[in-house]
Amino acid sequence: MNFDLTDEQRLLVDTVSSFVKKQSPVTRLRALREDPVGWSRDLWRQMGEFGWLGVSLPESVGGLGGSFADVALILEQLGATLVPEPLLAALVAAAPILRLGTAEQQARWLAPLAAGEQSLALAWAEAQSRYDVADVATRAAQTGGGYRLDGAKRFVLNGHAADVLVVSARTSGAPRDHEGVSLFVLDRDTPGLTITPVKTMDGHRAGMLALTGVEVPADRRLGAEGGARAALEEAMDLGAAAACAEGAGITRAVLAMTTEYLRTREQFGVKIGSFQALQHRAVDMFVETELCKSTAILAAIRAADPDEVERMGAVSAAKVQLAVGGRYVTQQAIQLHGGIGVTDEHDVGLYFKRMHVLNTLFGDEEHHVARYARLPSFTAGLDVGAA
Amino acid sequence: MDLSFSPEHLRFREEVRELIRAALPPHLAEKAAVDGNFSHHEIMEWHAILYRKGWAAPHWPAELGGPGLDVTSRFILSEELELAGAPTLSPFGISMVGPLLVQFGTDAQKKRFLPKILSGEEVWCQGYSEPNAGSDLASLKTRAEVDGDGNFVVTGQKTWTTYAQYADWMFMLVRTDPGAKKQAGISFLLCDMKTPGVTAKPFLTTGGTPAFCETFFDGAVVPRENLVGPLHGGWTMAKALLGHERTLIAAVGLSARAIRRAKRIAATTVMDGRSLLDDPGFRARIARLEIKHRALQMANYRVIAGAQLGHAPGPESSILKIRGSEILQQSLELCMEIMGQNSLNWFNEPGTVPPMEEWVPSLFNYTRATTIYGGSNEIQKNIIAKLILGLG
Repeated sequence: MNFDLTDEQRLLVDTVSSFVKKQSPVTRLRALREDPVGWSRDLWRQMGEFGWLGVSLPESVGGLGGSFADVALILEQLGATLVPEPLLAALVAAAPILRLGTAEQQARWLAPLAAGEQSLALAWAEAQSRYDVADVATRAAQTGGGYRLDGAKRFVLNGHAADVLVVSARTSGAPRDHEGVSLFVLDRDTPGLTITPVKTMDGHRAGMLALTGVEVPADRRLGAEGGARAALEEAMDLGAAAACAEGAGITRAVLAMTTEYLRTREQFGVKIGSFQALQHRAVDMFVETELCKSTAILAAIRAADPDEVERMGAVSAAKVQLAVGGRYVTQQAIQLHGGIGVTDEHDVGLYFKRMHVLNTLFGDEEHHVARYARLPSFTAGLDVGAA
Repeated sequence: MDLSFSPEHLRFREEVRELIRAALPPHLAEKAAVDGNFSHHEIMEWHAILYRKGWAAPHWPAELGGPGLDVTSRFILSEELELAGAPTLSPFGISMVGPLLVQFGTDAQKKRFLPKILSGEEVWCQGYSEPNAGSDLASLKTRAEVDGDGNFVVTGQKTWTTYAQYADWMFMLVRTDPGAKKQAGISFLLCDMKTPGVTAKPFLTTGGTPAFCETFFDGAVVPRENLVGPLHGGWTMAKALLGHERTLIAAVGLSARAIRRAKRIAATTVMDGRSLLDDPGFRARIARLEIKHRALQMANYRVIAGAQLGHAPGPESSILKIRGSEILQQSLELCMEIMGQNSLNWFNEPGTVPPMEEWVPSLFNYTRATTIYGGSNEIQKNIIAKLILGLG
């Protein structure tokens, strides 16, 4: 057991932290809320040049071959100032390419990502699917040399801006069947693919996809036909772990912002931080912040664990902690700021909104509680005999 | 970052688990299997067994008879002991006054007291709280006046002295300088419970067990060589004592055991033709609690890993007591809820309810103390607010 950062990791954290403080304080997100893209391709390219986008990608595509724990360190720093660049979305889309793609496919779509030249999106969610990646109604019918896709995808993270989209579609079976889900990689200008940008609560944007007779050659399918579900589940867990890392950065920032306010704001002739009721609330926020940090580490370490039960248990536990703790911290931050906390002018509301988005993405609290409770590890070794 | 235990530590865990299984005498193992409650006699019996294995005081240095384990192994040993449902040893000697004497005791004090703390030959209790000095401990009034021979004559009353009726010795805080500011006039003494003028009167807790005593001092003479640290320096001793073994205060093993108990009871309780463990509502409740526990366990791992590398405890260590005590209470609450009507049972003939459920109502009550003792959670929050969050 060792949770100390290596010298390289410490350097990475320091570099990212000072970069985002300078280049992307919260005011930047505030300004970009009005921008049709909502993030900057120049900054994205810079992030690629620094190596941040390829930290966990293999060296064969220009990545650094590091672990997801390294990415989590970056995401935590990005969370602290609400940096809007779509690292989380891109990593989730990259996951199935890495898992299922050939070397040629990986080089084709991941090298431009690592370099910061392109961004990716994973289009899996549909109107009826909620958090089930196998609940796919979009169809992929075989044609002579490939497939024809018809269907719709909703709230695709970075879908409005991605150069390349990884889209799930059913090549066989009924909705929710585990078998029969395939993944296809589409360029955004593919004929028949219509992307409608929508705004999301956190000031970001997403894409609503309509696929109407989209012709896709077979070399754009990832892995075996109909066998993409497990890779999608892994991508969801990676996304959940990423959300936990970003969320840990948010709780830390929000706690600091709130305690600073308690130390400076005066009412009744004294600093409000002198009131015990508010002190104890701040400590409750601190407790949840520390637990979010602890479980974010747990999820980051286990996100790529080959043992599926270990992975799911750790990720679900962390996602539930983020849901409960992250919600509490951001809600109470608003409460302790008082009226100013519910003005659009104040940053605390931006953190609150982003936290809600993170808590919803890749499975919410109920979803992960239920999944955790279904794992075989939950009932292992109870020794209650025949009963 | 690495969450795995080293191969040596994994081997150690296996070894510990096996040895505990082999070492628990059948009558204790039988109780452990149903999460029963252990008498003082049984606890001391287990103490003697662990002592013979060299494991009674996992955190003591080897030169004083400890097993010389590193932080992680200590934690593994403690966790496995808790998970096995083995009796929890009295902490007052081994975890509290023992380490304090190692740090601040004279050579004579170490020689006199440590071997018998380790062997369990002498049982200790803690004389801190008084009827009017609970959270505001520094307002304690029990007086110790220095007589002509330089000995201390102690007069006053302590309360909540856990299991003082079984104790041979008490470590205590007394006021030696009534003129000084609160914290400055306190000294740390070791008092033989057989001293004339010392009377311990047990009283029942809400758990139905005589876990606490009121302890009266009526001119009891404590020899001057039983002063630990400087005269009037008792507050420093008290603070140092609190700092020992922070990683164990979360009681993650006890809570893990209690959550497992909730699952076991749920698995054997039937409602609408299926076990409560298969009821989605109850199952989700247990899962939520286990997830909470897992988050705490992870925070605890961070503290342990830090300590193993020689770091001072970080901010994450200060949340362990607060959250650990809450989770233990919530685990027992959940057991009670799963038990339904069986949770009404109160010290009846064995067999009235299943053995696994027998002690739950008592523990459900007794564990209300966990958020109070060792510095109430509200006091912990005051400290965190001031020292970590800079509020005040």
